[in-house]
Amino acid sequence: MSDYIMSQIKRDHLLNLLADGRRADSRRLDEPRKITFETGVIESADGSCHLRLGDTEGMAGIKIIPGTPYMDAPADGVITTGAELIPMAHPTFESGPPDENAIELARVVDRGIRESGMIDVKKLCIKEGEQIWMVYIDIYALNWDGNLFDAANYAAVCALKTAMVPNKQYGFGDDMPLPITCLPISVTEAKIGNDLIVDPNFDEEAISSARMTVTTDDNGNFRAMQKGGKGSITRGDLSLCLDRAVEIGKQIRTIIG
Amino acid sequence: MSGHTDMTLVNDEGIRIDGRRCDEKRPIKIEAGVLKNADGSCYLEIGKNKVLCAVYGPRECRPRHLQDPTKAIIQCKYNMETYSVSDRKRPGTDRRSVEISKLISEALSNVVQVELFPRASIDVYIEILQANAGTRCAGLTAASVALADAGIPMRDLIPAIACGKADNHVVLDLNKEEDNFGQADVPLAIVPSTDEIVLLQMDGNMTREELDHGLDMAFGAAHEVYDMQKAALKKRYSEIEKKEGATDE
Repeated sequence: MSDYIMSQIKRDHLLNLLADGRRADSRRLDEPRKITFETGVIESADGSCHLRLGDTEGMAGIKIIPGTPYMDAPADGVITTGAELIPMAHPTFESGPPDENAIELARVVDRGIRESGMIDVKKLCIKEGEQIWMVYIDIYALNWDGNLFDAANYAAVCALKTAMVPNKQYGFGDDMPLPITCLPISVTEAKIGNDLIVDPNFDEEAISSARMTVTTDDNGNFRAMQKGGKGSITRGDLSLCLDRAVEIGKQIRTIIG
Repeated sequence: MSGHTDMTLVNDEGIRIDGRRCDEKRPIKIEAGVLKNADGSCYLEIGKNKVLCAVYGPRECRPRHLQDPTKAIIQCKYNMETYSVSDRKRPGTDRRSVEISKLISEALSNVVQVELFPRASIDVYIEILQANAGTRCAGLTAASVALADAGIPMRDLIPAIACGKADNHVVLDLNKEEDNFGQADVPLAIVPSTDEIVLLQMDGNMTREELDHGLDMAFGAAHEVYDMQKAALKKRYSEIEKKEGATDE
């Protein structure tokens, strides 16, 4: 990601537009890109979603398999989230084990899902102390045009929402939907100069100093946050991010809910 | 955060299990210049957390492909020692420590005058000797003191502290029990001279009012931590002055 150098002329153009409160793709500062998605696209997965957020494109797949519970939670299912920034998605992505960017992405998505209690892990017990369901959420970036955090969150949420626990395959009776309690929705903003813009695309991310991701639940309560980047944000910036996360989160819930 | 317990974390009088009020942080001890080999170092305790930080550099950046011709890069390694938690921690980096190292590096890059040292690396090693909730804040607080102790030009120090929620009370500086069985954890790090936020995370469940209340407490507490950081550095330099005075005689 750090190898990218943007031309001065493009940078100036974007900054000049922002000075007038405008963006290169004519969105408002608080306007996310169009979301389109399709679920159940991968038959070999127990749940899947191919999602586009503007030109950012990703795939989330769910695998649900029996496993042994952790000793301190003998009746709870286990959630594991992974993300890979594969070379297909952008010329600066390299193959190999997940780097710090992929790890941060996976952990931020994971926190939203885990801390919102989206999946009722108590209902993923097969036999207490012996066997529980393990839910693996794996996210692959297919085309990177900025804001992988939200694209990954929405793809994972849609995939989980439509995932089926494969009871039949393991002789436990009929398949059942995953026990879903709410939808955690993240809204990510980039700070450019003194402006905060929602759902930054690649060019906007490239000239931003900081990133703020805020995840809310169905009630508009805050479930996860992550500030990223070397720049700082003010308390006023944070307040705006929190307001927008609630407002835009509502809009997005109507799209993917 | 997701744990459940019958344990009372905050009693009816608003007192927590370690005897603190909701707006009270744990006792803090900060000492600068504790390691001989390192260019700068700091030992920090907050409650039962014990953290050691060493800074090397600016020095040649390795691996070389990470070099930035316009500025120094800050490479932080946050590491928990195997005996720092109740179960033995498997040695080596895990995903949690990679994420924390990244966030601390980014926060420090905000205050260090990296443009003064093109192509160089400033290496920050944070070792968690004993963990009791709040180690990323403790590590970052110690790291900025160690950087200052190394004489690296900075525009400010970075104090860090968490707020959160336990038993429906908004609390400052969560302890282990509150971290495990409480309802929210919000680590915060600021640049005190401007009150900019350079590290902020949250997990759990908080309303806007609770979050604002928690951040008010954490901002206030961060400024108190800042005073302790400055005091530790002043003590360190008064010791050097004394020592140098002695050899002159």
